Amino acid sequence: MSQIPADLRYTRSHEWMRTMPDGTVEIGITDHAQQSLGDLVFVEVPEAGRKLTAGDACAVVESVKAASDVYSPLTGEVVAGNPGLATKPELINKDPYGEGWIMRLKPSGGAAAESFDAAAYEAVVAAGG
Amino acid sequence: MPYIPHTQDDVRAMLDRIGVPSIDGLFDEIPVALRVESLPGVPDALTEMEVSRLAAQRAAADGSPLNFIGAGAYEHHIPAPVWALVTRGEIYSAYTPYQAEASQGTLQIMYEYQSMIAGLAAMDVSNASLYDGASALAEACLMAVRAHRRSKSARILVPDTVNPVWRRVASAITEGQGLRLETLACDPATGRIDPAALAALSGEDITALVVPQPNFFGQLEDADALTRWARANGALVIAAVNPVSLAVMKPPGEWGDGGADIACGDAQPFGVPLSSGGPYVGFMACRMEHVRQLPGRIAGRTVDAEGKPGFTLTLQAREQHIRRAKATSNICTNQGLLMSAATIHLALLGPAGLERVARACIARTSELVAALTQLPGVRAAFPGPRFHEAVLKLDRPVAPVLEALAADGIIGGFDLARDYPAMGDALLVCATETRTRADIETYARALGAVQGRAAVA
Repeated sequence: MSQIPADLRYTRSHEWMRTMPDGTVEIGITDHAQQSLGDLVFVEVPEAGRKLTAGDACAVVESVKAASDVYSPLTGEVVAGNPGLATKPELINKDPYGEGWIMRLKPSGGAAAESFDAAAYEAVVAAGG
Repeated sequence: MPYIPHTQDDVRAMLDRIGVPSIDGLFDEIPVALRVESLPGVPDALTEMEVSRLAAQRAAADGSPLNFIGAGAYEHHIPAPVWALVTRGEIYSAYTPYQAEASQGTLQIMYEYQSMIAGLAAMDVSNASLYDGASALAEACLMAVRAHRRSKSARILVPDTVNPVWRRVASAITEGQGLRLETLACDPATGRIDPAALAALSGEDITALVVPQPNFFGQLEDADALTRWARANGALVIAAVNPVSLAVMKPPGEWGDGGADIACGDAQPFGVPLSSGGPYVGFMACRMEHVRQLPGRIAGRTVDAEGKPGFTLTLQAREQHIRRAKATSNICTNQGLLMSAATIHLALLGPAGLERVARACIARTSELVAALTQLPGVRAAFPGPRFHEAVLKLDRPVAPVLEALAADGIIGGFDLARDYPAMGDALLVCATETRTRADIETYARALGAVQGRAAVA
């Protein structure tokens, strides 16, 4: 059973969002996503300054058996990609909701992906989504 | 890998298992209106005897002329063991088997090939081959755009001293994908890119600069200065190199300050006969930091569950069977057969043997240029160092001269009129280690006879 913290928002494509005190949003992939991928061997994070529209592929997570895109849940500008993932992609496996964050985004309003609270996301996972 | 055809019984058993009455039944979902029942313009099948006769006639039409054309594909001596080994049943397939690790020998050949290419180019890592030099250049341009994440322009500077066929192929493959390949004109006095001429572009967002070495005219570019300019201006460097030349010249990995990012070219000079234009085999190598953007298969060395050494396909997550539409390319190892020939050829030559070949090419071309430029109305177009090709300027149009030489059984070179009309009556000639002094004298006598006739306007 994967962890689904109650204080975060989630997407159907298994990203999580955490709104920071300064209004930026931290984004990563869920515990369920990292378990499905297996041991990560490479992560490509977006560069600061990149402008994203909700639904854009913004990062790549590569495991020993698959490579997947991570999609931006929001529209906005990348404030930072997690620099630690370049040398330690396993941070996502060990701490998907903490040290394994992928990027911080400054939302500009506009389009956003459908998102869920923890209970609704748990139902998405349970339904095999 | 043995070829095991299915028997009628095998086919019947498989169809019965999935409940389909016939092979045609597998294609039921294709509407009848979309099916092509016959192929107009395609002749009926011939018998083996008829095919043999036709092929022999066509082969005889080539004759066995004395060849002085290079222009991207080069006649080299291929030691007899190369194709004796490559055509053995264990190797005689273009493809990596689907269960790649079951074919350790195939993977080891790929690994050895990659090691040799990476060593020659002084790069960290090589893939297991591409189609040919032209598509390798296209793939290198696409790779540079993927690898250079800060550059937004997808602008690639391509000197007009790059093989014009390669440039056309690279444009055809990349322009539909949003790349902008911009031609950079060479200095007409030297036949090289003047690094100072790049100053006008300094500070612009340029994704990559292609540096040909030697260039299409056989001249040596100032690869160090060009690489330094690219680095200073935040552009990646794509080296388009002749692999034989690497035996005696500074490899791309050591150019300028920090070396090229990607090296590519045609490995045809290693064990692959000219064969009326192909198939040839492309190579590509890069620095480790770009390895995830490198297209194609890569064999790696590893240990199995019992700790025994072995070979495996590695970094497959970049590839089409996993990443689908977002794969780095749709290249596999379909040049595996030619890659095997290149590997065996290089293994037979060794570093010292390859260096002898390269030095012989340079010496023969110098002799050829010296002999031909003694004739009236023939001069070398460019000063400066060259590898195994040179541009000659004639005092009359090249095409009729080549026709006259062909009548004497000599392929006199490549007429530059179509691709470089501004150069005037210019002929690109080449002499590899396969051209003897006697060959060169034969050519000089024949060209002398042609030049001795009154020039035709």
